Amino acid sequence: MKRMTAVLALTTTAILGLSACGGGGDPLASESPTASGSGSSGGGGSVVVGSADFPESELLAEIYAGALKAKGVDATTKPRIGSREIYLKALEDGSIQAIPEYTGALGFFYDKNFKETDPEKVYTAVEGLLPADFAMLEKSAAEDNDSIVVTKETADSKKLKTIADLKASAGEMSLGAPPEFQKRPQGVPGLQSTYGVTFKTFRPLTGQGLVQALKNGQVDAANIFTTDPSIAENGFVSLEDTEKLFGSQNIVPLVAKDQSEQMAPALNAVSKALTTEVIAELLKQTVIDKKDAKDVAAQFLKDNNLG
Amino acid sequence: MIASILEWLTSSATWSGEAGLGARIVEHLWYSLLAVVIAAAVAVPLGLWVGHTGRARWLVSLANSLRAVPTLGLLFAVALWLGPKISGELAFLIPSVVVLVILVIPPILSGVYAGVEAVDPATRDAARGMGMRGMEVVRQVEIPNALPLILSGLRSAFLQVIATATVAAYIGLGGLGRYLVDGIKTGDYVSTAGGAVVVSVLALLVDGVLALVQRLVVSPGLTGGRTGRTRRGRSEPTTASTSPTTSTGSSTRSPARSGMSAGDGGVDSHAT
Amino acid sequence: MEWVNDHWGDIFALARSHVWLAGLPLVLGLLIALPLGWAARRWSRLYPVLISASGLLYTIPSLALFVLMPLILGTRVLDRANVVVAMTIYTVALLVRTVADGLGSVPEATLQAARAMGYKGLRRFFGVELPLAVPVIAAGLRVAAVSNVSIVSVASLIGVSQLGNLLTDGYDRFITAEIVAGIVACVVLALLFDGLILLGQRLLTPWVRAQGGRA
Repeated sequence: MKRMTAVLALTTTAILGLSACGGGGDPLASESPTASGSGSSGGGGSVVVGSADFPESELLAEIYAGALKAKGVDATTKPRIGSREIYLKALEDGSIQAIPEYTGALGFFYDKNFKETDPEKVYTAVEGLLPADFAMLEKSAAEDNDSIVVTKETADSKKLKTIADLKASAGEMSLGAPPEFQKRPQGVPGLQSTYGVTFKTFRPLTGQGLVQALKNGQVDAANIFTTDPSIAENGFVSLEDTEKLFGSQNIVPLVAKDQSEQMAPALNAVSKALTTEVIAELLKQTVIDKKDAKDVAAQFLKDNNLG
Repeated sequence: MIASILEWLTSSATWSGEAGLGARIVEHLWYSLLAVVIAAAVAVPLGLWVGHTGRARWLVSLANSLRAVPTLGLLFAVALWLGPKISGELAFLIPSVVVLVILVIPPILSGVYAGVEAVDPATRDAARGMGMRGMEVVRQVEIPNALPLILSGLRSAFLQVIATATVAAYIGLGGLGRYLVDGIKTGDYVSTAGGAVVVSVLALLVDGVLALVQRLVVSPGLTGGRTGRTRRGRSEPTTASTSPTTSTGSSTRSPARSGMSAGDGGVDSHAT
Repeated sequence: MEWVNDHWGDIFALARSHVWLAGLPLVLGLLIALPLGWAARRWSRLYPVLISASGLLYTIPSLALFVLMPLILGTRVLDRANVVVAMTIYTVALLVRTVADGLGSVPEATLQAARAMGYKGLRRFFGVELPLAVPVIAAGLRVAAVSNVSIVSVASLIGVSQLGNLLTDGYDRFITAEIVAGIVACVVLALLFDGLILLGQRLLTPWVRAQGGRA
């Protein structure tokens, strides 16, 4: 027993110790010949367009990179970085120089009590909230919002049209959503405070896992983006957000400020060409028709004389 | 960082509730145990049969090549394929357990097979000479003699499954993986690190318990004066605890070599 | 199959990255494990300490280690060095024991004979002990290679591209062929590593074949 205790003590101290030597320059880190993946920032150099880990973000990143290349900017993509909490760190530490973002989501990220819902006001307010070395270029008319989605049968049997209608039945329902939805202010806490809606259980799911779970009745409601083609594909019903809990979510390029000048012409032109219908159609091609984001992006740029 | 991890680990808010640390540990152990029990139900008889008859050794090689399969991919594939066929909570549990079972069959199978295979042929002949038949030889001679390697295979399996059960969180299951996955998604590294500490401690605790069991059930005749055995140095190769899971078995290994101390079974037992 | 046919370029690019992320740590890990394993043999008290410590490192879930690396190393969040260092830690954890046991498997009589022939210190280590330990070390290296190839795929979850991207993308867009392609590519890569190590082992231990022993 004594030895076991000793080993346990050793474990804890070793793991803790491991996380303690933060910032220490490990010689191995610089030895890696593969460490060149992260683009070097500076002046009018090359840019890396990052993306979050969902198909729409990947598609937008390809569109941005393609448009930049067409305007002579040396651009590459860094797909599937992760959630907002992670990729904003990557933008901060210079691993990436641009990322497709959503106006309202940025507002909620930088201010827990963000209240604006009008697209213009959201944009202006967010400009004031951004860290000094970040900049937003022009926003597009395209919106991709969070939504709470149920199957047609659930909507009919429980008479659901708006999120507020969930109040009576949510207590017996389960909600599927990406893990971060549970803590974000406009996620589970927001549903509670704005609509008084509390689901019985929360099931953290992402990607097709979430769509499949809703389709097969393993969750009763799901947090899916409004542009997600699986909604139409499966005849899901998106419940109206009457209180504007999810705010306005216009697609907008978020860039490193010192690079914004060289990226502005290309990315502003992209924003002008994007509408909610356009992005929904493009997304259908990648998610339902399984085309490559790169090819769909190239076709879009060609059709709009951007590439 | 350390201070915040310790604070997280000791805070009552972390531990309480349906989704608290206590509940997560129980879930985690449940998935792990379920997977090991099912895997053992398949792998132990199979290993005994292969070891006893010497037939179908390719099964052991095949199982070993399963190690190269990326757990994450297997999990996604099984979840998408099985998920729609099952309803309710089981739709999340079954795919994860299936993957974990596949993951831990190799160490258990190799352990059992190597253990039985390494039983001294003279011992086996002696048993036959005494009039024992097939199943009697297996039960009364081969299993007791192979026990050290069988148990070390099981220990490997447990360590592996506890570290790997964390990935189940990716397809919506509970367990300690929730702290890792949710922590990463929300940028809350303290709970990621805290969750990792708990996983490691849990793995070592379980291994310690199994090491104790091993000492109790293995015949003293096999361990032969267990004190000081592991300290004898050069003349005492301790390759056995890595080998049942790595090689397809060679007859040069004797059960008595499976020198064990708490924590040392973990060396070859990590996946994700 | 159609999906695979349309994406050979992507698969190869990801596979190349995968080879680096799994292979480089294998080399670095071996280089670090050699002196550590030797020390564990040389000072017997160090042996249980090193073995417990490496067993312990191996219980840390890879996902957590990957994510915590930037905090520990001070690297950028998407730096591939995060994955390389984490994988090197796992490799060392696995190989220290193997190296120590491999060196321990050299018969005492052989060592005495070498000493009698005038082999001393480093020369004895590189000329006699290490070559004779190759089979055991190679066996450990093969396990490490296979497990590295599998673990590296988890790095997709922290934004470092390699074959694991086929798995996550396939899951997000429900492209079964892509997931299967990712799995198969990983297995093939693991087999390649395995074959390479086996080949190296044969080249380094010609006497095994001469004796008709199994490799």
